[in-house]
Amino acid sequence: MNGLLVLEQILNGLQLGVMLFLLAAGLTLIFGIMDLINLAHGSLYMVGAYVAATVAQLTGSFMLGLLAALPAAAVVGMAVEVIALRTLYERSHLDQVLATFGLILFFNELVRIVWGPQAIFMDVPGALSGTVEIIPGAPYPTFRLAIIGAGIVVAALLYVLVARTRVGMLIRAGASNREMVGALGVDVRLLYTLVFGLGAALAGLAGAMAGPLLAVEVGMGEGILILTFVVIVIGGIGSIRGALVGALLVGLVDTLGRAFLPTLLRLVMDPATADGVGASLSSMSIYILMAAILVLRPRGLFPAHV
Amino acid sequence: MSRLRRPRRRDVVLLGALAGALLLPPLALALDEPFYVSLASRILIYGLAAASLDLILGFGGMVSFGHAAFVGAGGYAVGILFVHGFDGSAVLGLLPGSDNALLVWPAAMLIAGTLALVIGAISLRTGGVYFIMITLAFAQMLYFFFVSLEAYGGDDGLSLYSRSRAPGLDLADDTTFYYVCLGVLVLFLWLGRRLVDSRFGMVLRGVRENERRMQAIGFPTYRYKLAGFAIAGAVAGLSGALIANHTEFVSPALMHWTRSGEIMVMVILGGMGTLFGPVFGAAVLLLLEEVLSTWTEHWMLVLGPLLILVVLFGRRGVYGWLVGGDTR
Repeated sequence: MNGLLVLEQILNGLQLGVMLFLLAAGLTLIFGIMDLINLAHGSLYMVGAYVAATVAQLTGSFMLGLLAALPAAAVVGMAVEVIALRTLYERSHLDQVLATFGLILFFNELVRIVWGPQAIFMDVPGALSGTVEIIPGAPYPTFRLAIIGAGIVVAALLYVLVARTRVGMLIRAGASNREMVGALGVDVRLLYTLVFGLGAALAGLAGAMAGPLLAVEVGMGEGILILTFVVIVIGGIGSIRGALVGALLVGLVDTLGRAFLPTLLRLVMDPATADGVGASLSSMSIYILMAAILVLRPRGLFPAHV
Repeated sequence: MSRLRRPRRRDVVLLGALAGALLLPPLALALDEPFYVSLASRILIYGLAAASLDLILGFGGMVSFGHAAFVGAGGYAVGILFVHGFDGSAVLGLLPGSDNALLVWPAAMLIAGTLALVIGAISLRTGGVYFIMITLAFAQMLYFFFVSLEAYGGDDGLSLYSRSRAPGLDLADDTTFYYVCLGVLVLFLWLGRRLVDSRFGMVLRGVRENERRMQAIGFPTYRYKLAGFAIAGAVAGLSGALIANHTEFVSPALMHWTRSGEIMVMVILGGMGTLFGPVFGAAVLLLLEEVLSTWTEHWMLVLGPLLILVVLFGRRGVYGWLVGGDTR
């Protein structure tokens, strides 16, 4: 294994981490502020991917697809919030889990009816389809770099929004004490819907960007949803900073584990066993990481509510 | 207790259900519909899994979203032991395989229970939303473990060539197998009822109502919860062993997270904290799936919103509705 390969895999890990962050940021805000566990967050990611793929196919422009996916996911998210989830805020987490589980079944089937059961494959946009040699001697796909860049920009914007604006102040206030914010005259219902829309738009963005990398298919949101849960548990519920750290950690551990664990194990085992054990271990690595962190810090790395 | 007391509605419902369950195979065979026996076995087995979840969910207040992991572990225990018994090799080079139900089914419970002990020990350090997500994540971990376990079929799963052998019983016969499932379920419901009414069960229920207060009284609540979690896991493992026998097939799909969700739905649909209710919930959900899927390929489009409505408006569940207020 050489250094260039390691660097390349680190970039891949960052790229996965960025995608996870986009989902985790929205989800952790929704947890933190509304105390709502929303399994259907992955469905918004799926909606974003499908809308982006469709618009990109119709117009031939990936950027238009991306721009369409954001408002589409936001609108679907806000509609779901107003119709179904609003009544669930006061309910137990169990009720929320079950109701949003029902939403997943509904969305998956709806997407299957509208777009059919076959996966859609998106092309990487022309301008970004090449490779860049940011590390001399190791060409790296421009599109993946663009995702990392977009993620950094979004993280920065989100930081400014939450830490420096009036809306952000309300979001933080809502996260630490909902009743008080309401008592001070803030329209909490509107705030909730807006936060939900923001989270949905971020999920849609992640879905749109994932389109050219993965197949756009029914159920694509669920695998990444569970990874996102791991991120949030590691980072601490309600903490955007925790979501960022957790996302990068999970992205790196998962990618590097898959890439190098079998090779590392070959040093101590025969190749066939090493590949088998390596594959099993690397698919479990992030969960082992999560368990280890929880043993040390049961409320995650950056607990928002102490 | 007077022998002449009016029969309670609950007893009527339960005895009626038991009588129906006992009479089902002869009726199905008389109607020449042997498929019903198989479907009913499925209901009984999932009823067992759902009732075991109710032990911790309904009585202990632990919202475990990874119960299918233990079902799958039990199923794989049977499958892996069977394969080794079939080709005469040893499991991990240590133990011989077997297809003897008296050995393999307890082994499935032991393995699933031990697994639940480990997962529970870590997960129960947290609570609330964290607990939901962690149990879900651990179940996914096991799922991916079995997906990447090429030696035992990986993603494609593992076919058994026959059901387990039991002395004096022909489990390969669907009717016999059905009655075995019924016997196991009734035995568990009886034991489970005794368990939740025992001191142990009372402590669990106390924890559900107010854990801090139970701690203040002096109960080591963590240990009680963990014991409950492990028992539920072991029983789920038994249901997994039965599923492996029923379908003669195990695959990672057994422990997919949607399966955990379905088991949870069965508990809620039937009535949480009633132990018997989840069995009715399993029957309703599986029958609904059967009926809806004959109407339309897109039956989940109906099931999803239905589920939301049940959560919002039908908290007592089918069982609560059948027996009135007297779910105890």
